[in-house]
Amino acid sequence: MLSLDNLQNRRKVLGVLVIGLCALAPVAANLLDEPYYINLFARLMIWAIAAISLNLILGYGGMISFGHSLYLGIGAYTVGIFAYYDINNFYIQLVAALMAGFCVALVFGSICLRTRGVYFIMITMALTQMIYFLSISIEEFGSDDGLIIYVRSELGTDLISFDNPIHRYYVIFLVMIACLYFSHRLIHSRFGYVIRAAKSNETRMEVLGYPTFRYRLACFVIAGVMCTVAGVLSANVEKFVSPDIMHWTRSGELIFMVVLGGMASMMGPITGALVFWLLSEFFARITEHWHLIFGPFLILVVLLSPRGIDGLLALKRSAND
Amino acid sequence: MEWALLIEQILNGIQFGVLLFLLAAGLTLTFGIMDLVNLAHGTMYMLGAFIGATIFLWTGSFILALLLAVPIVAGIGILTEITTLRTLYQRHHLDQVLATFGLILFFNELVQVVWPLDGLTVPFPKYLDSTVPLMFGIEYSVYRLMIIGSGLIVAVGMWALVTKTRLGMLIRAGATDRTMIYALGTNIRLLFTLVFGIGTALGALAGVLMAPILGANSGMGEQIIIIAFVVIVIGGIGSVRGCFIAALITGLIDSLGRSFLDVILALFIPVNAAEAAAPAISSMLIYIFMTLILFFKPQGLFGSQTQ
Repeated sequence: MLSLDNLQNRRKVLGVLVIGLCALAPVAANLLDEPYYINLFARLMIWAIAAISLNLILGYGGMISFGHSLYLGIGAYTVGIFAYYDINNFYIQLVAALMAGFCVALVFGSICLRTRGVYFIMITMALTQMIYFLSISIEEFGSDDGLIIYVRSELGTDLISFDNPIHRYYVIFLVMIACLYFSHRLIHSRFGYVIRAAKSNETRMEVLGYPTFRYRLACFVIAGVMCTVAGVLSANVEKFVSPDIMHWTRSGELIFMVVLGGMASMMGPITGALVFWLLSEFFARITEHWHLIFGPFLILVVLLSPRGIDGLLALKRSAND
Repeated sequence: MEWALLIEQILNGIQFGVLLFLLAAGLTLTFGIMDLVNLAHGTMYMLGAFIGATIFLWTGSFILALLLAVPIVAGIGILTEITTLRTLYQRHHLDQVLATFGLILFFNELVQVVWPLDGLTVPFPKYLDSTVPLMFGIEYSVYRLMIIGSGLIVAVGMWALVTKTRLGMLIRAGATDRTMIYALGTNIRLLFTLVFGIGTALGALAGVLMAPILGANSGMGEQIIIIAFVVIVIGGIGSVRGCFIAALITGLIDSLGRSFLDVILALFIPVNAAEAAAPAISSMLIYIFMTLILFFKPQGLFGSQTQ
């Protein structure tokens, strides 16, 4: 029996709750006869995948990237552009998106990681903005009106199809679980220890003989590629992609999800994405101008609970002791 | 004719550069002295545009709009500093980024509640709504010349403030070593609030000046704030001189790139390819320039090595 006075157990309970909610959402949506919620939850899990990938560099690596939504855009635009030229095979699209994400992350990472601190924040932001403006200026692919995707990716089998909302949902769910498992293994590998150690004291790691730049760059590229996958899925849910997907406020929202859930905690990004979405739905019901509440709420979270929901779990324990 | 166009675009570039300087100067001061990453700086620019435009539309006096809007927005800025930002100085950059992001969401929405959804359109003040003949038969807008002029006056004023006054001495000392000026007995809270107020006032001034050209829109702050970040990264964070030079270079690159890149590209590649590629590349030019600068000088042109 799990007892709740232990932080690890609390985390497990929260994890089971969140994953369980995601796993059963379509069932509940069908019971309530609200199929609309299936797509909402699918979108939410796509955010979660992006947040999981951001957590790798932001939470564990201490790299404050304010341009992570770029990779959502790369993934989504790859699907969009391939579909535009009538290439609808999912595997071709996926491989192309991953390669594009890999190349961009490698080039941008090697530029950004030369800088530190606030320069890093600004340069990641500026490079993403550069691609944002690039996507706006290409009229062939819809400029700022965006690109409609008429045919979803074809999986090459009759058993599952992206056109079926339930199939689509569980593909996304499985990808999310896979990303979660992968990041868990990565962070607890030797590589993960080097990344975390370099966050707490880079000089020490360098003195110990670790090429920290290369480790950080590898971490940056892994996060970028993982986020590209989220972009590919997003294009298949929305059947649409526009430059908006990589606007810098999207990156800000992603950061907030990670911080809200608790940086450098495994379940943090998913919890954060879930709570972020629930709250915005909730506030949006109170008033059309829900940002008026959401903005100050965000500030309060930062001021009062900088370690997010995961931090609150730890806090309760010490109050009980 | 080419020369006329070139000179006109150079003037446009300088005007854009001067505007960027007004915005970036406030950012670079708050970062250099308080170590605060303030994303919400663009919000003050937006508020300047809205409040200035409203006063101008009500009273019909642009001078009055300038004289009232700038202090009002500076007051709002100081209020947010006291209520929210002050507690963030000691915190991690990530917390600052997020909290000021929250401020942006709040103010953007507030502006949509108070003013019409599609923003305000603002006429030019009558006495400035004309053109003057320059050399090569160019007719250039008086209003834009006025912006260039006022920007240069502010730049000189800032230079005098930073290098010739006691406050400027404290600002420079604070940018070099915060802890030391605190230890030497400066009222650091007051200094921070004051510097924040000055920065906000400059941003608001830029907003009031730009309102007749761009109008006032919710979200106009975010468009320009990233470019202001590019400017301070190029100039080196904390350096007002670097900020001025970088702002002018950035303004010129942007406006010359947009008008002449297709001609320049056509020298190297076929004309139709050049014309297709030019709009895409010119929107990326300033970011490419920033990347180049950072590649060779990671601290920016005039950045201190200590940050």
